[in-house]
Amino acid sequence: MIAEFGHIALIFALTIALVQAVVPMLGAARNDERLMLVGNTAALGQWIFILIAFFALMNAYVTSDFSVANVANNSHSAKPLIYKIAGVWGNHEGSLVLWVLILSTFGGAIVLFGGNLPPALRARVLSVQALVAIGFLSFSLFTSNPFERLAPAPLDGVGLNPLLQDPGLAIHPPFLYLGYVGFSIAFAFAIAALVEGRVDAAWARWVRPWTLVAWSFLTIGIALGSWWAYYELGWGGWWFWDPVENASFMPWLAGTALLHSSIVSEKRDALKAWTILLAIVTFSLSLLGTFLVRSGVLTSVHSFASDPARGAFILGFLVIVVGGSFILFALRAPKLRSGGLFAPVSREGGMVINNLLLSAAAATVLLGTLYPLFVDALGAGKVSVGPPYFNTVFIPLMTPLILLAGIAPMLTWKRSDLAGMFARMRVALGVSFLVLFWFVYQKWGNTVFGALGMAISAWLAVAVLWDWVIRVRLLEGSLTGSFSRAIRIPRSTYGMMCAHFGVAVLVAGITASSAWKIEAIQVMEPGDSVSVAGYEYLFQGVSQTQGPNYSVDRGHFVVTRDGSLVTELWPENRFYPVQQQPTTEAGIHTRWNADLYAVVGDPDGQGGWSTRIYHNPLVVWIWLGAFIMAFGGVLSLSDRRHRIGAPRRSQDSLPISASRSRTAH
Amino acid sequence: MTRKRRRLYIIISATVFLGGATALIVGAFRDNLVFFFSPTELTERQTPIGQRIRLGGLVEEGTFVRKDDGLTVSFFITDLNQNIRVSYQGILPSLFREGQGVIVQGKLESHDHFIADQVMAKHDENYMPPEVADALKKSGQWKESAQ
Repeated sequence: MIAEFGHIALIFALTIALVQAVVPMLGAARNDERLMLVGNTAALGQWIFILIAFFALMNAYVTSDFSVANVANNSHSAKPLIYKIAGVWGNHEGSLVLWVLILSTFGGAIVLFGGNLPPALRARVLSVQALVAIGFLSFSLFTSNPFERLAPAPLDGVGLNPLLQDPGLAIHPPFLYLGYVGFSIAFAFAIAALVEGRVDAAWARWVRPWTLVAWSFLTIGIALGSWWAYYELGWGGWWFWDPVENASFMPWLAGTALLHSSIVSEKRDALKAWTILLAIVTFSLSLLGTFLVRSGVLTSVHSFASDPARGAFILGFLVIVVGGSFILFALRAPKLRSGGLFAPVSREGGMVINNLLLSAAAATVLLGTLYPLFVDALGAGKVSVGPPYFNTVFIPLMTPLILLAGIAPMLTWKRSDLAGMFARMRVALGVSFLVLFWFVYQKWGNTVFGALGMAISAWLAVAVLWDWVIRVRLLEGSLTGSFSRAIRIPRSTYGMMCAHFGVAVLVAGITASSAWKIEAIQVMEPGDSVSVAGYEYLFQGVSQTQGPNYSVDRGHFVVTRDGSLVTELWPENRFYPVQQQPTTEAGIHTRWNADLYAVVGDPDGQGGWSTRIYHNPLVVWIWLGAFIMAFGGVLSLSDRRHRIGAPRRSQDSLPISASRSRTAH
Repeated sequence: MTRKRRRLYIIISATVFLGGATALIVGAFRDNLVFFFSPTELTERQTPIGQRIRLGGLVEEGTFVRKDDGLTVSFFITDLNQNIRVSYQGILPSLFREGQGVIVQGKLESHDHFIADQVMAKHDENYMPPEVADALKKSGQWKESAQ
């Protein structure tokens, strides 16, 4: 019965969304307060009904109700509780319910926190949000009903793909969705602004926190996915330029650009049309990512049951959203008058270059991801575009971006001078050259790219710290003076510094783990040892044990360095009898400067086992960097100005000089 | 600075960036596209030896051999019409099994011997890579039950 309640709740939510899409928009056009307020009630109602549906589905999973087809296909009674819960979104139908739940939660949040939003703008935003919800709710109800019954009910379920039975992956989808769907709010604001025909600083002030929320979640979601690939797939790598990875990376790149351009729109009233366009593009890329991952056109762990009807539905939805919003943009954008002028050398100028580089990067990933599909659709054969392409294209695009991230925060708004900026950058420049020479000297004969990457990372890290030193005048005047200045720096600025510092950490991790990774593959018998990067790996053999719903072949390595014990590694090969499927768990010991990583393969039939040992320098810095970046986003979000939300429209008619003095930090 | 002037700068820099990015992409594309072949296509077309390609099909039953060094393996990939011997040194993915779909990436050493540096057998056991399914369909050996 509860499953039917869930189904009915979804239908109610769809009906409410239909009302919410039409009535507030009409009210805004007629300036009718009552009609506009319908949007608030509807958004909250939609949220409550989807919440009911979500818990109904979760109940079916937790109680292992195998008469529900979705549960029977994706769960199993012997599965640990956490994976029964995570199983709700570990499949196509259930993940859609999670998607609409997050979408309606954001819609509800607009109502709850948007009290001071101009009523007409809020009504229109809620309308657009409802339009998106209609798309996904009908997708769920008409092509992928999660509550479908099975008669007769099977005795037990098929189980969740063992690769997905992992704590990292259990929380990866919710974070990713919070990111994707968060961008739909920026999108709703963009469309509402186009319909309304005006974009002002208040609008940008509203879009920025939403973009920050979405961006922070997406950053963590991508980091979690990459971390999972690192320890679960047993290939020692953390990013494979797999189409599904690209699918989440494209919105991230566009979203990062949006984050920066919305600052310009907010503070300087410039780049408004561009910001709107980016909001549309970012959400379109999120949809495209969903399409690629869900339609089964790509080969991956995400392509659950592929059904042509679903692919066609999302493709149709994508065409409507992208086509419709671009047409609207083409009609309305010319009317958006651009405000603040700026010289090429200025903080705005820096942001423009940042946006160009990020957009170019997103475009190259898009091309590399879609090209094989085009070629296939044209019947010209099957091709794949591999990591070499992305690496070749990405490094030249990211290098100037990272150099710029060190410089741009030191530029002033509107007009800046290069000479003064270079004077301030002397320290960062000096340190990065020292790092460059040190690494070239240390790793001579090795790739020079590694040393360059480390130098770039050092440049950004030092530039961020030095920027702070200059802002608080640490080297001049009293310490107490510096302290009080440090406190007065707005949190959004600290957030920016934090995020940029995270990029520096990330770049160091990527560089070191790619340039100086060591891989050793060999056959080992118990008692054999192998030396990798100064660490001695003694192989103790393989023993068999049992997990909750799998059996394990567990290898055992004792790792020593100069005769003293460092750690013991226990790589596992698990076998899940329900799905008849094996998985690999790497044995990993993380140190601040390198990961020791071991995998056991097949027995060679003569008492030996093939083993693979990786030495991955600084690899943990990659995820650390990503989390620092996301933390920067959250820190920025806690800024008083973001928390309060948008001031009332009336304040925006203040002369520009007034608003500039507020943002002169 | 006038609005027009600024717009000009933006347009110029955007064009430079776009041009640069396009040049990068075209260059990188030319070198890094990897084509997919089925065993039949590989046998019928004169695929140049030494070119980086992908090959996909089923691991033929009873052909898997492990060499004495314990690391080098060889097996035949078949589309049930033609087959090709593949050699690989390293650890096979845990889902690799005889009779299962597989995609390998590497180079032809001679017209009947493929050296793989990457073996991909992904995800779950009911799953057939679409490329492999197509290859089987083309060779006329596709059975719905095989899926």
